[in-house]
Amino acid sequence: MALIEIKDLHAKVGEREILKGIDLAVNSGEVHAIMGPNGSGKSTLAQVLAGRELYHVTAGEVLYDGKDLLAMSPEDRAREGVFLAFQYPVEIPGVSNMYFLKAALNTVRKHQGLPDLDAMDFLNLVREKMKLMDMEQTLLNRPVNTGFSGGEKKRNEIFQMAVLEPRLAILDETDSGLDIDALRVVANGVNALRSPERSMIVVTHYQRLLNYIVPDFVHVLSDGRIVKSGGKELALQLEESGYAGLGIEDEEEAVGKR
Amino acid sequence: MTAVSEQIGVWLEAFTKQPKAEPWIQQLRDAAFARFAELGFPTTHDEEWRFTNVAPIARARFEVGPRQVLPSVPEDAQEFLAKHARFDKNPFVALNTAFFNGVHFTRVPRGTVLEQPIEVSFTARQGMALPHRTLIVVGAQAQCTIVETYQGTGSYFTNAVTEIVVGEGAVVDHYKIQEESREAFHIETVHATLGRSANFTSYSISIGGALVRNDANVTLSEGTEATLSGLYVVNGRQHVDNHTEIDHAKPHGTSHELYKGILDGKASAVFNGRIIVRKDAQKTDSKQTNKNLVLSDDAVIDTKPELQILADDVRCTHGATIGQLDAESLFYLQSRGIGKNEARDVLTYAFAQDIIDRVKVPALKDHLEKVLFEKFHERPE
Repeated sequence: MALIEIKDLHAKVGEREILKGIDLAVNSGEVHAIMGPNGSGKSTLAQVLAGRELYHVTAGEVLYDGKDLLAMSPEDRAREGVFLAFQYPVEIPGVSNMYFLKAALNTVRKHQGLPDLDAMDFLNLVREKMKLMDMEQTLLNRPVNTGFSGGEKKRNEIFQMAVLEPRLAILDETDSGLDIDALRVVANGVNALRSPERSMIVVTHYQRLLNYIVPDFVHVLSDGRIVKSGGKELALQLEESGYAGLGIEDEEEAVGKR
Repeated sequence: MTAVSEQIGVWLEAFTKQPKAEPWIQQLRDAAFARFAELGFPTTHDEEWRFTNVAPIARARFEVGPRQVLPSVPEDAQEFLAKHARFDKNPFVALNTAFFNGVHFTRVPRGTVLEQPIEVSFTARQGMALPHRTLIVVGAQAQCTIVETYQGTGSYFTNAVTEIVVGEGAVVDHYKIQEESREAFHIETVHATLGRSANFTSYSISIGGALVRNDANVTLSEGTEATLSGLYVVNGRQHVDNHTEIDHAKPHGTSHELYKGILDGKASAVFNGRIIVRKDAQKTDSKQTNKNLVLSDDAVIDTKPELQILADDVRCTHGATIGQLDAESLFYLQSRGIGKNEARDVLTYAFAQDIIDRVKVPALKDHLEKVLFEKFHERPE
């Protein structure tokens, strides 16, 4: 059975329809890449799955582990193992990373019927995961994402994912704003988390990230619909011919050519 | 205005029944009561009280307490008492001066460093009018911390006046923690007169009370540094009015003021920050900031800077903001499994964090953290 099954999903922001009927099923252990030009609805899909209230689902359904995902609050989705790595992680001055992470982990554990981690075990876990992400431990004492560089923010997302160990990870443009070294670190972190029990949806504009995080399936999104699906070779094909090769207009490329 | 004279009549009766005090105090009381009778309770037509309607206080009947004979006030208080918080303009200061029944008088000798805070705690009971009076005189180069706390149960009327006189080069931290009962009226004027090169830090934290007015006034001298921090947290139908007056009377003074407010329910708050820079107070450096977090559609904040700058070589800045919880931050916390209400509390606390971080008394800081989280948790209608 698929871990997540998206059926004919439509979503609006304000009056504008952005998702116009998405169908997608992801089995446990699979990594699916969602590619598409700017404005195609990739990030909207990621945010809708995480429960952002800004978007209104107008039709369709999403089954997660057999349950109605869209009926759950964002926090319940997280507790059930859905994790969104944000494209733009939010800076929250006044809330320490340490507090935030501990609160998050212990809520998720509680939901799973596990006891709170004590300070020592928490610290050991965090140290191990920070090492994986090549992060300075001092970041823990700083406010969430505040004053972090773009790369640090993205690393922090994957670090949180490593600590929370979700069953479904949705990575929204995790490669944007990263130099090649940071990209490798982030990709290594993600790859270390690949497992038969964990599924991933990797949203990206560029094929570059998929050299490091090799997907099992690639889907191309255009104007709110999946217009093409294939194996990892589809990403390479896109790299060569661009979205235009598939007859899709890419605002960014179009602007670049002008 | 028959209503006003009737209202004063009750106080006149209490005043005439009051046992006589020693002559210098009695003189002060007589003058203060006379002034109160002239001024009456302020109305919202009075600019100073435009957003705060004290009619419920004027209408209410309280027992003036405690009713024992005034314990003798030390002679050396005479030089300072009622010389700083003046009763000629403020009717509540006048009322306090007419009725105070004992003075919490502390003198910190020159050069003394007090390790432990001077604690002045008031606990009120139902039905009382409480004219608390505090006088703290800190000698030159001395250092101390003053912690003033207000608590109580039921409906009552605290009408307090605190005078702080800070000597040359002295370092004083003053904390006012207002946790009155949710049915209480609380009016207080704190006036600090600061000597040359003194360093004064004031914290005003308002959590309780139904109707609250805090006046925090400081007068600076040459090279004085004053920092005023404030936090007001209101919900339900609470009303808290903070008026501050920073008077740069001499050159080279520095003042930094940061007041933050958190408003929920149908609560209302006022911030009025007056800064006076006198004609010869050149090289004054003054910064005022008021930030408000409004959590409901029905809460109201009135914020107003009031700058009176008579010198020409000064740096004065001021700013006020009114905002809501950031929806994106809320979603970010929720997306990690933190419940909506907890996420809201965490972000609300984060807004107040920088004020709490400035609190230098560890036990007080822990206490405030606890009561603030409790209050955020209330979620009134």
